[in-house]
This record gives sequence, C-alpha cells and structure tokens, in this order.
Amino acid sequence: MTFNKDVIKNDEKAIFALRSLYQKYGYKQYKMSKFEEYDLYARNKDFLVSDGVITFTDGGKLMALKPDVTLSIIKNSQDGALTKVYYNENVYRVSKGSHSFKEIMQTGLECIGDIDTYNICEVVMLAIESLMAISSDFVLDISHMGLISDILSEVTDDNSLKNKIIKCLGEKNFHEIKALCQSAGISSDTLELVTSVYGKGDEVIAKLKEADLSDGMLAHLAELESLNSFLKENGLSDNVNFDFSIACDMKYYSSIVFKGYIKGIAESVLSGGQYGKLLTRMGKKSDAIGFAVYLDMLERLNEQSKKYDVDTLLLYDDSADTAALAKNIKLLTDIGTSVLAVKQIPDIKYKQLLKFNGKGVEILENND
Amino acid sequence: MKTMINVALPKGRLGEKVYAMFEKAGYDCSSIKENSRKLTFENEEKGIRYFWVKPSDVAIYVERGAADIGVAGKDILLEYSPDVYELLDLGLGKCRMAVAGKTDFTDDTEKTLRVATKFVNIAMDYYSKKSRDIDIIKLNGSIELAPILGLSDVIVDIVETGTTLKENNLAPLETIVPISARLISNKASFKFKTAEIEAIKNAIALQTEVNS
Repeated sequence: MTFNKDVIKNDEKAIFALRSLYQKYGYKQYKMSKFEEYDLYARNKDFLVSDGVITFTDGGKLMALKPDVTLSIIKNSQDGALTKVYYNENVYRVSKGSHSFKEIMQTGLECIGDIDTYNICEVVMLAIESLMAISSDFVLDISHMGLISDILSEVTDDNSLKNKIIKCLGEKNFHEIKALCQSAGISSDTLELVTSVYGKGDEVIAKLKEADLSDGMLAHLAELESLNSFLKENGLSDNVNFDFSIACDMKYYSSIVFKGYIKGIAESVLSGGQYGKLLTRMGKKSDAIGFAVYLDMLERLNEQSKKYDVDTLLLYDDSADTAALAKNIKLLTDIGTSVLAVKQIPDIKYKQLLKFNGKGVEILENND
Repeated sequence: MKTMINVALPKGRLGEKVYAMFEKAGYDCSSIKENSRKLTFENEEKGIRYFWVKPSDVAIYVERGAADIGVAGKDILLEYSPDVYELLDLGLGKCRMAVAGKTDFTDDTEKTLRVATKFVNIAMDYYSKKSRDIDIIKLNGSIELAPILGLSDVIVDIVETGTTLKENNLAPLETIVPISARLISNKASFKFKTAEIEAIKNAIALQTEVNS
C-alpha cells in the first residue's frame, strides 16, 4: 500500500510509531471494551485525572464509559507472571476549560508484576523514545514520590498539611511552603532543597547527597542514581531532567514518577510512574509501572495553516460522459493532486479550477 | 535568534507597578510607555515581549502557553486553580480575601447562609471546610450592595483598606486568605526556557525582598 505521507496527521503518525516501538520490546496490545462497571472508578476516584464519568445503566448495573485505561488493565491482571501490555484507546474525560466531556485518544503501556530495576529503566527508556518519536525537542522530568513522601513524613504527620505542601511543590511555590512550615513551626530546609533543585541528574543527585537525608531517603536516592546512570550509559540523558515538582498522589505512587513535555505544546503530553500502591489497594500483590501519551495534544504541533482545501476543483455538467470524466480525474490524481469533481463551485479554497469539456480539461482559474 | 519570553501583565495600576519591577530588573521596553494602540510591546535585544490583558485572564494566557510568564493575583489563582508554576510572591497589591457583612451581623446557624461573591470557588471551598450550608449568589460587581439590600447575609470579597465597607456600614468578619500578586509560569515553557525564566525570576526576587 502506498500513500502520500502528508495526509497522515501527527497523532496518527504517533500511533504507528509508538505501536511498533512497544511491540519491539515485547509489549502486547491490550484491546478492551469501551465500558466498565462504575464501581471501579468510584473506589479509586483520586486516581482519575478528571472528576466526571459518563454513566448509564445496563440491566440494573451502573456502567461507565472509560475515563481511564490503567484501572481496567490492573483489575484484570493476574498476580505472578510479569505482564507487558500497551494500549491505544479512547477515554472520556471532562475537559478543564469547557466542563464538558471530551473523547481523548490515549496510548500507553503498563508493565505489571515483580518490577525490578531493569523494568523501571526499560519503561523510562520507552517513555523517552516515545517522546523522541513525536519530536526531537522534548523534555522528560523525573521525580521520586517515595523520596518526597519520606521528606514530608520527617517534618510532619499531618496529612492535610502534607497535601498542601505537595500542591505547592507541584507549583514550585516555595514562598507558600515556607509560610506553611513557619505557621506549623517546622523546618523547611529540606523542602527548600527539593523545591529548588532541578536539572540534570548528576547535579540534582549531588546536591541532594549534601543534605542530611535518612537511610530511607538515601535508598530512594540510590534508585534515582541507578536510573540516571542507565540513561547516561544508553545516551538517553540529554533531554532528561530531575524535577521534584512532578508530584503525584501519594496514595497511588510510591516511587519513580515522570512527565514528558514537547516544545510547542503547553501541557504535558506524557505522564506515568510506578503505582504499586494502587495494586495494593485493589488487593493484589504485584507492583506496576507504566505511562500514557495524550495524543489529542499533538493536534497543535507544527501547525501549518492549510492553504487550500483541495488542489483541483473540476467542474462538469450533466452532458459529461461518466467514463471519460473518471479517466480524466484518474489522470489528475495519478500525478499527485487531489481532485474534487463538482457541478457547482462550492465555498472552499482551491489551487486551480478546471472544467471538463467532454474530451479533456481546460484551465479556468489558477491560484497558485 | 534570541529566545523571546512572552509576559502577560495585568492591566491597571498593579500592572504598571509590575512593569516597573521588570524594568528595574533590566527588562525594559520603551515602547510600552508610548500612548499607542499597539497590543504587544517587545524589546528584541532583551528577548522580552509584553502584553496587557484583563487581570483575571492572565492565568489563562499563561496556562495555555500564549504567555510564558505572567503576574496574577493570588485570588485569581485560588479561584481558577490554573495548572502553572507559582514562582514568586511579588509582595505587591497586598490585600486579603475576607467574609464581610453588616456591622451588626450575627450568623444564624439555623438557616442556610446566603453568600454573595465574585469568587464562587473560594467561597464554596471555605464554607465546605466548615461544613456550613450556604447558598452562593454569584455577582460580577458591586458586591457590597448585596447585604445592604438583603440579597445576601454576607459577602466574600477582596478587602484592601476596608474603607468602602465602613462607608456602607459593613465590616470584615473573617479573613479567608491573604492575597498578593504572584509571578506565574507556564509549566512547559519553564522546561524549554528555563535559563531565561530563571534569570527574570531571580532579578525580580531581589526587589521583592524590599517589598515584603
């Protein structure tokens, strides 16, 4: 099958590129139904990115149109064997601006089972390669929720204060963290460090090592260190930053978390992490790591305004011989121009206007 | 070509003070002071482009990446919770978000409390934390009128000096949160223009120490 590569949109290109990337590493596609019992989402509400879920009843059961794929994959996962799957599904979420539901094309992968260092490195590497497949101008930010959680536990055991601090950390908002700590009478030194350090792995790790960290924190730091050296050895560290403002919900994420950005898109296009705690909450023994790529974001990438809706507008009338007309259209499409055959000129932009005169075509107008 | 940083400034007195801080920090742009009908002002040499927008819109421009950085009041950030970095408290435009009512107001907890406000989310959040049943009346201006005419029991609004309240026989009852102007940044812009945004932040931070 041959086709003109220009007709493929960014998101479609990405789907193909990512699919072959994930298959290369032995990930199997996971195809699922569009619906799921609502109960699954009600129990894990905070795991969802947006609040709303479209629900309907099916034979007395409250069903939902999927707002998320990960939960469904985890629900059906078996403890024990390592499972590697990728998916390419539509999810239904409330968009922030309009407060109405949107269909979002999402692709991603999950690695579920007894997760070891290699699995973590592989998933992070695939996240980097996913971004690379979309654009060469990208950044992947990596953070560690275990480290953040330990640092918070050291200063306070008040959960509402912890959540406030995590929110500020996500905003790189140190002035408010300082105010919160001051009013609670606790030290903000280590928090200042994690809010202000970001950049290349080597620098961030070196700065953290200078701080007074507990054994637990050092163990988390060692995980970041081994990930950092893996990325360096494989020449993947150029576009990677360590940044603790990538703060996710501590209820689900226990370890490495990351977010990917592409130049020209105002929001993150990739988001993931190790979410073992979600599995524990669902009564499973396994651990898991994965990420999702938001393909709907790619629409705005490398925007070029389309000059013409169609290359050639071909006018014909009732007297035209169908076979002869079709033959002329074929000749035009064969040389790579798109042709819209009509009897009346529609309100669209076209490069050239041709008329079919029974034998051949004559040029009426050329806008090129 | 030098990387350009787009800055959304809030129209009005606060915005002028903010621009003065940017100017002092070395990011001047002489054309902004000329009385023209232009919408954007840039100093290519310094790599900066300014534009004035409605104060409540600054967060939208920054969140969506049309502006890399901007200055918005904490009231707007709390009300709309945009997904942005809040890099600095500029210590300008200081005031507070407060509950106000008639000077002789006492809260009758047997009834639903009627609250008039421009800041629906802030008011709802504040009262839901207190588990108080309220009726929100969303107004777009002249909030102080509501308790006077009996439209609401109290209002949730920005209180600067309290003079307007006093002149109308109203008084601030509870402070919800202190407010001031914040330097915000688009998250993705920060990743790709880190050095430039950091330089601006640091140059301005030097001045906030004087303000606070």
